[in-house]
Amino acid sequence: MTTLDEATGAAMAGAVRPRRFGALYVAEHQLRAMRSYGWTIVIGGLGQPLLYLLGLGLGLATFLDVPVGFGPDGPVPYVTFVAPALLATAAISVTTEEFTYTVMAGFKWRRIFWGMNASPIAPAQVVGGLVLAVGARMVFVSTAYALLIWAFGAVGNAWAVAVLPLLGLLGGLAFGLPLLAYSASLRDDAGQFAAVQRFVFTPMFLFSGTFYPLSTLPVWLHWIGWVSPLWHASELGRAVSYGAPMSGTTVAVHLAVLLGLTVGGWFVARRVFVGRMHG
Amino acid sequence: MKAGAPCPYRAVTFRLVPVPVITATGLTKRYGELVAVAGIDLEVAPGESFGLLGPNGAGKSTTMRMIGAVSTRTSGDLQVLGLDPDTHGPEIRSQLGVVPQEDNLDTELRVRDNLIVYGRYFGIPRAECGRRADELLAFAQLEEKSKAKVDDLSGGMKRRLTIARALVNNPRVLMLDEPTTGLDPQARHVLWDRLFRLKERGTTLVLTTHYMDEAEQLCDRLVVVDEGRIMAEGSPASLIREHSSREVVELRFGSRRNEAAAERLEGLGDRVETLPDRVLVYAGDGEAVLEQVARLGLHPTTSLVRRSSLEDVFLRLTGRSLIE
Repeated sequence: MTTLDEATGAAMAGAVRPRRFGALYVAEHQLRAMRSYGWTIVIGGLGQPLLYLLGLGLGLATFLDVPVGFGPDGPVPYVTFVAPALLATAAISVTTEEFTYTVMAGFKWRRIFWGMNASPIAPAQVVGGLVLAVGARMVFVSTAYALLIWAFGAVGNAWAVAVLPLLGLLGGLAFGLPLLAYSASLRDDAGQFAAVQRFVFTPMFLFSGTFYPLSTLPVWLHWIGWVSPLWHASELGRAVSYGAPMSGTTVAVHLAVLLGLTVGGWFVARRVFVGRMHG
Repeated sequence: MKAGAPCPYRAVTFRLVPVPVITATGLTKRYGELVAVAGIDLEVAPGESFGLLGPNGAGKSTTMRMIGAVSTRTSGDLQVLGLDPDTHGPEIRSQLGVVPQEDNLDTELRVRDNLIVYGRYFGIPRAECGRRADELLAFAQLEEKSKAKVDDLSGGMKRRLTIARALVNNPRVLMLDEPTTGLDPQARHVLWDRLFRLKERGTTLVLTTHYMDEAEQLCDRLVVVDEGRIMAEGSPASLIREHSSREVVELRFGSRRNEAAAERLEGLGDRVETLPDRVLVYAGDGEAVLEQVARLGLHPTTSLVRRSSLEDVFLRLTGRSLIE
């Protein structure tokens, strides 16, 4: 028969590793689960950019007489202009799946978050692990995109191939973490996720200066760009990819918005998870 | 108690070790206006098998969540393994195994992977997780299902896998919330058998149930909970002794005639209880009561003499039946 002191000691020792590495364990679990739909991720990750690049590059671009994107040495091909925005879109679209349905599944359908909750893992570590795993998927998708647009000759600077995936990740997190917080606050999916897709993601995709500069739009629509993580990530991507002219202040503002949304979303998401799991 | 499922250790108490693994004093949980747990006191000794018995909504699950360090208490004192769940949640949880009311296995992973992934949450190295997974699959009699998808398991198998998963960290305390709800009788007996083995090994069990037979089979000691309060405490046998008679006569006269018959039965045995579908007469000798009923000229459509159970204790204490 063991004594209480011994049990207390074992408890103190038992939580050391989970307290330190808990988020990694959650990420490990999520990545293992992603394997069951791994092919969707790979085919989607490679197929979608191929379709866009072929469709826009071989199709639409041939009709465009007016140049829309400019580097330091003048106009750049349309595909070069549009590619960084498509890459950011791909990263962001990962979150419309992984930070919506997957979250509802974790709390309600598969209920796996409750299993984690009964282990030494803390709610904040569940958030951390989700972000790590989904971040890994975003880096995979953006890297595939970067390599493909490089193969298509749609990148101005070769070194941009290494930087663009990181911008994709940042854009994805800036959009995804507030979405994660929102999803975690829902008890039921009564069509909210489909609404996010239709009324948030799609308009953002269309009106964030993705296919043409934001300045083309009437002034009263510009706000969509300003609040859109996609626009900020796309603009930074263009500066990196083909040196689209941009002042230091503008770079700082873009980064500040993206980081602000990421950090703000993180804290709110953490609060929501803690409230729900340890209420 | 059924033959084939004896519990030879019931008479043995582990109170020799005076320090309890769980101590609650005035434990209270409020959700706004609603009082889920209204100040309960309890102690669980190491190696003991302790039950919370009560109807749905009695506050059993909330109590379990507080002990399991996943719900903060509103007031009162709580110590689990000598630690406060408010400050040492991960430490406490590292020593618990939890079998929730609703399975939360990962249906996207295979059976064995569920155990491995879960073991990782306790910081157990991967290779060790694999070794334990194989051991636990054998214990849960699921070796042949190792590679199966979780969704292809029967309800009983899923429960056994959930229990196996809860054991992956060699817990000091195993917490089971309604472990056999929704299972067929055979699956329940298989599960009880597995839990007996754990009990024999000295694992502390804390379980909630609204099944009398389950409480009688598994618990050394239990508390009867209703509306967030403890109504009574003791071993199943002592609770029956204290709060009920030795035998119960169940008489059915047909739903419309029960009340009228009950009036005429008044005075028989120790006590008469009228339920919508039957009349219960509590007495030391049931057969003698049956004879008296016949002498009164009453002819129940069915009659039955049985031993008193915890169901009767609950009815006596709360005036309500457990399963409503």
